[in-house]
Amino acid sequence: MLLEALSLQMGYNATLVTIGACFLGVAAGVTGTFLYLRKRALVSDAISHATLPGVGAAFILMVMLGGDGRNLPVLLFGSAVSAGLGLLCVNWLTRQTRLAEDAAIGSVLSVFFGFGIVLLTIIQTMSAGRAAGLEGFLLGSTAGMLWNDAIVIVLSGAVTLALVLLLRRPMGLVAFDPEFAASSGVNIERVDLAIMGLVMAVTVVGLKIVGLILIVAMLIIPPVTARFWTDRTDRVALIAGFCGGAAAWIGAAISATAPALPTGPIIVLVSFAMFAVSMFLAPDRGVLAAFLRHQSFQKRVHLRQGLLALAQEQPIYETYTMRLLHRAGLALPDGVPTEAGKARAAKALRDEKRWQLVRADQSLESAAALYDGLREIETVLTTDQISEIDAQIGGPRGLSE
Amino acid sequence: MTGAEFVPLSLPPLLIGICAAVACALPGNFLLLRKQALIGDAISHVVLPGIVIAFLFTGSVSAWPMMVGAALASVFAVVLIEAVRRLGRIEPGAAMGLTFTTMFAGGVLLLEQSDTSTVHLDVEHALYGNLESLIWLDAVGWQSLADPAALATLPVELPRIALTLMAVIVFTWLFWRLLVLSTFDDSFALTLGLHTGWISLALVVVAAVAAVAAFDAVGSIIVIAMFICPPASARLMTNRLEVQIAWSVVFAVISAVLGYVLAGYGPLWLGSDNAVSAAGMIATVSGVILASTALFAPCRKRAGAPRH
Repeated sequence: MLLEALSLQMGYNATLVTIGACFLGVAAGVTGTFLYLRKRALVSDAISHATLPGVGAAFILMVMLGGDGRNLPVLLFGSAVSAGLGLLCVNWLTRQTRLAEDAAIGSVLSVFFGFGIVLLTIIQTMSAGRAAGLEGFLLGSTAGMLWNDAIVIVLSGAVTLALVLLLRRPMGLVAFDPEFAASSGVNIERVDLAIMGLVMAVTVVGLKIVGLILIVAMLIIPPVTARFWTDRTDRVALIAGFCGGAAAWIGAAISATAPALPTGPIIVLVSFAMFAVSMFLAPDRGVLAAFLRHQSFQKRVHLRQGLLALAQEQPIYETYTMRLLHRAGLALPDGVPTEAGKARAAKALRDEKRWQLVRADQSLESAAALYDGLREIETVLTTDQISEIDAQIGGPRGLSE
Repeated sequence: MTGAEFVPLSLPPLLIGICAAVACALPGNFLLLRKQALIGDAISHVVLPGIVIAFLFTGSVSAWPMMVGAALASVFAVVLIEAVRRLGRIEPGAAMGLTFTTMFAGGVLLLEQSDTSTVHLDVEHALYGNLESLIWLDAVGWQSLADPAALATLPVELPRIALTLMAVIVFTWLFWRLLVLSTFDDSFALTLGLHTGWISLALVVVAAVAAVAAFDAVGSIIVIAMFICPPASARLMTNRLEVQIAWSVVFAVISAVLGYVLAGYGPLWLGSDNAVSAAGMIATVSGVILASTALFAPCRKRAGAPRH
């Protein structure tokens, strides 16, 4: 069943939804990357909530002009206009008043959304409104998607994606290092406006499929997921686009398999599952990798301290150190060093003395800066340098001299 | 309009609206100053899964389990945001957006999956609330306010939100010094040996309780608006915290009253005979107030910013 849905064999409507969602997912993931790297992820929340009054106003206008009111392109155009207004309000409040951006975002989203709901209640009482199904824009409603609607969504998704690809250089530059971008002649304000404009486009396109509340997730989660896997801007965008598209594809397919599985929430949950997996399993930045790194570091510190203690014939009280030494065959369970242990301990002590001299020597300053109590001295100095230091330490001497 | 009409139909929703607005605006002041204004937004989204899960456990739409569920969901969300932020080293805004949208999606999915068609529990209701329907049927006029038998039939939301408002006021009053110190100078508060981490969590929990109680009566959209708009407008009026809080209460009350009246009677004046959503109108009025303070208020510019 799921396989059929994934391979687009679940019928006409499901196929339309899946393809539309996939385009949207890719566009949202790539666009969201620049938003996230610019540290303005939640602006998308304000933009998406600000679409509602536009939808309502466009509907009322169309009915007043004697139309049907449910013309998708006009509704989407209306939502784009009011989302743009909301975006301008956020920028204006942040720049012209003392309010921080989070307060501006919160006030714009609540006020625009509230006004949108006022308009929706007006529409519900209009005789021509026929309860227009505009509530579908809140959470998306893919059930009755028409061929025309799907075409609008796929086309605008494709245009958005093309624009993102076209503008990726300047946007990446501004998102990553605004000062450098400004000094190399990029107009930051204009690029910022382009990023926000693209976010707006994605939001408007996504209204029909996932709805205005959950489109925020499609803009935020894939970039955050992608960020775990790489440190390069263009790769983050690439991976985010892939994650967004895959989550949308899989989500739409799952939702097509049963009636009570709404498309938007399923896509978001699939996306979140990808994020959770990445957060734990990503190499380098993942939680598991960090944990293993910490473990191995702890082990090295304990082993090193244990060897130094053995060399100086001090007792070891730390059971973890003892266990490590025993497991490595360097000491017996009662703390007596083995032959191998004695040799390693002697080397550890001699290395420590070598480091001491290195750190006291001005001419070896750059090598001394690498000292952290764990680094093998052979990885820092040449054999010649080491034998020079050894000459300073001198060989073993008898007592009777 | 006579008392016989006003008291049963308009007085309870009006009072509930005012209490909800003020209960949200008070903690909102501190959240705004701590640059955590969007916590209110996050909380009002995650309330949905909490309520749905509480409904699945108890099988009925009763208020207390739902409030507990919603409060637990809010605390869980705050913990999850912090965990995602620290474990994944993700900036706070993105961590918040990621968490609350996912939990909201989970809530919607649970709602669709469970058989809630027989009860009054849906997403639209969660968003708009049903302020207009909270009427006091047994009241006959102003004299009912002195009649214990009639008072007993007040909509249960009213005593509940009034109690919440009292609790919020008591919290703010008791921990005033700690709240102010940790909001303005966290490091100084720490050097005095005050536990600022604890007070931050307490503030979020109080905000969550206020949000949940208000949500129950008026829907999530007013909750977000009242957390942010009145404190933000008040912030533009003054540089003193006490005065800011006073202004925010004034703005919250004006929004609630004017919003309710405009929603109920505005369309009548314009010749239509259907009221519009009171929740939406209250949010709209608070936005108009914010817009006018942003344009004309005395302290709207950043301190030290050049005058244009």
